[in-house]
Amino acid sequence: MKYTSMLAGLVLATPVWAADEPVLTVYAYDSFTSDWGPGPVVEAAFEATCGCDLQFVGAGDGAALLSRLLLEGASTPADVVLGLDGNLTAQAAASGLFAPHGLIATTASALPVPYDDALFVPFDWGWFAFVYDKTRLATPPDSFAALAASDLKVVIEDPRSSTPGLGLLMWVKAAYGDAAAGIWTDLADNIVTVTPGWSEAYGMFLAGEADMVLSYTTSPAYHLIAENDATKAAAPFTEGHYLQVEVAGKLAATDQPELADAFIAFIGSEAFQSVIPETNWMYPAKPLAAGLPEGFSTLIQPEKSLLLGADAAQAARDGALAEWRTALSR
Amino acid sequence: MAHRAVALNAGRVAALAATLLAVLVLGTLAAVALRAGGLGGLNADDWSAVRFTALQAAVSATLSVALAIPAARALNRRRFAGRGAMITILGAPFLLPVIVAVMGIQAIFGRAGVLNDLLAGLGLARWSIYGPQGVILAHVFFNLPLATRMLLHGWQAIPSERFRLAQSLGFSPADTQRHLEWPMLRARLPGAWLAIFLVCLTSFAVALTLGGGPRATTIELAIYQAFRFDFDLARAASLALVQVALCLVALALTAWVALPSGFGAGLDRGGHLPPAGAWLRRQDAAVIGLTLAFLLAPLLAVLLRGVPGLAALPAQVWHAAARSLLVALASTGLVLALVLPLVLAPPRRWIGLAATLPLIASPLVLGTGLYLVLRPLGLAPASLALPVTVLVNAALALPFAFRTLLPAARTLHADYDRLAVSLSLGGLARLRLLTLPRLARPLGFSAGLAAALSMGDLGVITLFTDHENATLPLVLYQLLGAYRMNDAAAAATLLMGLSFALFWALDRAGAHADP
Repeated sequence: MKYTSMLAGLVLATPVWAADEPVLTVYAYDSFTSDWGPGPVVEAAFEATCGCDLQFVGAGDGAALLSRLLLEGASTPADVVLGLDGNLTAQAAASGLFAPHGLIATTASALPVPYDDALFVPFDWGWFAFVYDKTRLATPPDSFAALAASDLKVVIEDPRSSTPGLGLLMWVKAAYGDAAAGIWTDLADNIVTVTPGWSEAYGMFLAGEADMVLSYTTSPAYHLIAENDATKAAAPFTEGHYLQVEVAGKLAATDQPELADAFIAFIGSEAFQSVIPETNWMYPAKPLAAGLPEGFSTLIQPEKSLLLGADAAQAARDGALAEWRTALSR
Repeated sequence: MAHRAVALNAGRVAALAATLLAVLVLGTLAAVALRAGGLGGLNADDWSAVRFTALQAAVSATLSVALAIPAARALNRRRFAGRGAMITILGAPFLLPVIVAVMGIQAIFGRAGVLNDLLAGLGLARWSIYGPQGVILAHVFFNLPLATRMLLHGWQAIPSERFRLAQSLGFSPADTQRHLEWPMLRARLPGAWLAIFLVCLTSFAVALTLGGGPRATTIELAIYQAFRFDFDLARAASLALVQVALCLVALALTAWVALPSGFGAGLDRGGHLPPAGAWLRRQDAAVIGLTLAFLLAPLLAVLLRGVPGLAALPAQVWHAAARSLLVALASTGLVLALVLPLVLAPPRRWIGLAATLPLIASPLVLGTGLYLVLRPLGLAPASLALPVTVLVNAALALPFAFRTLLPAARTLHADYDRLAVSLSLGGLARLRLLTLPRLARPLGFSAGLAAALSMGDLGVITLFTDHENATLPLVLYQLLGAYRMNDAAAAATLLMGLSFALFWALDRAGAHADP
């Protein structure tokens, strides 16, 4: 008897939504949905116009989002997924879980390269870069080759558990192709350690455990704007910088197709885009009416952007990982 | 007859509790394998991960218990002001969430750490923590306290009459070792070694962060890769099975080595006579001092870094802290309810196995399996977040409570069962008058461990959680992910403080209730 009532209590504790407000479920990575990410502002702005209840569900990082979707399959409660990056979209598309967004680009894109995909819409982007502290390192290396030749120590993320880590793998591959394995071999003695995710790596860099850390060209903007600290900078590399384009997509099995379409369209709006620079610390996918926040103008602007297409990235992944593993295991 | 009824009853409840644990660990594994349509083959990389994992776990466990022997012996034979508080504080590293502990270890032993500054100041070569040595150092840091406490309980369980007798017979320290300490160690060491070996088998973040690169790939990381990178659930399930197999082998080995000590009951006389000798005293002081410095320096580093930011912590962090406290207390209650029947029931090998299995449960497989099992019930995952967290944290903490209580419960049975039966003391009266008072000390310690481990746990619940019922460790990760390193450091201090306060309160309560 007691157990029956306990079970009933558990069921009743399930939130019951107001019947007149449709619910739009959006899966996004944790740092997007957290109180310090863009999530809460985006939620309020969209709910002001949609007559709906927008519910963010946080799920680790981009790779965790995809693996959760693949686990749930067509019965996923998600209507929209936000936060996959270019290295994951081929696998996401192959799952058949996503529906075309049907948007025709009407406004200019702020991406440095053309991005056109029937399933996925970019919501922000950034260049990967090695970030350093100007007070500790006067002349940073200007290429992977120079970094490998130096005795500087860097901390990187593991490509198997982190999207920036996978981005670095693709960066070296896109820049060096068949010579990538050699670059990794030369870099091996510069790598202090490999962390499970961005947070651990960045924290170690700030604590002085490494001279440089794999992050984004926009990272120094956080320190400048939020902490009034101008000592951090990203090192421009002559090989060019690999792009991380973060995208959203609509689930084919959504029970709220109109709301999902409305949200996908909302991603390109000023209300969404203007939140990105100072909460996600990335570049917005669309030009902002008021321009980028002050402080972003101090950031390096790589002249050459590298990006493998979704299929090329998927095809290169396993081989690049094997090269990386062999080189760093020596 | 009354005694028989009680034993049967305890046996049935224990079987139920053990089944629940076995289903939780093996059932979730089966759910993942079923979803994948079978088990997958392992590649060469996976096997090298298995070898590295077993090797580092064996070295870490051996080193932890080897260092714990002098530490526990010194703590047992000396009495000094602050000894009780010190024993409690010594438990702290084990209770730390991994990410907090790694921050502290790096602050002391890292490239820019205190140790290397000292070495450089002395004109010596710098030492790098990143590599297998770092993984082992971190695991010893985590587990030395656990081993020390488990062995100290062993020393305390030797009736003081035996030490008095030894002294009146003029035993040298070597004689005491041979006749009193060695039999006790023979009974306790294998259990302590096993627990630590198994904890180190599922190491992921420590091994990766301090391991220096893919050489330090553990089974748990291979599982992570199978889930997140390859989406190969079949391989993930196979790797989890390898963990279970390693657990079985280790369990069989230790069961074969361990022997009951058989000291018999004492009169609980407290009178303590420390062995004489200035040399021995200096040796004990050095051992205690070094252990303390090794374990406390990283904790101090975390504290000093985080305290200034405590006052400015955002409200969400405090809410998450309150949520984590509730989760911790609920899991502690569940642990005690499950573990008491398990240790009081007549010994059965499969019960011991079921109570050990959660140690090697891969958090990722456990979480995913639970998700696969619970999803068809149609409940919103977010509404299950806290109940599932309570359940999983309880299951993961249970093996420690089990290993702590089991030797004490065995001794209790050997020493007092006949007396209790002759007095027809049974049922609740026996529990209240005999069992609980005699087990108070290890019970308090177990409850403290369970509460603190539950405070710091993360990982299993990420499939269930949403940001509205985030626990403190999750919020800590969110702060790190949002560049807010100062807030994260303060949250880490808060998490450490709360875990430790819970542990301290429950451990002390147990010690006070000890007759």
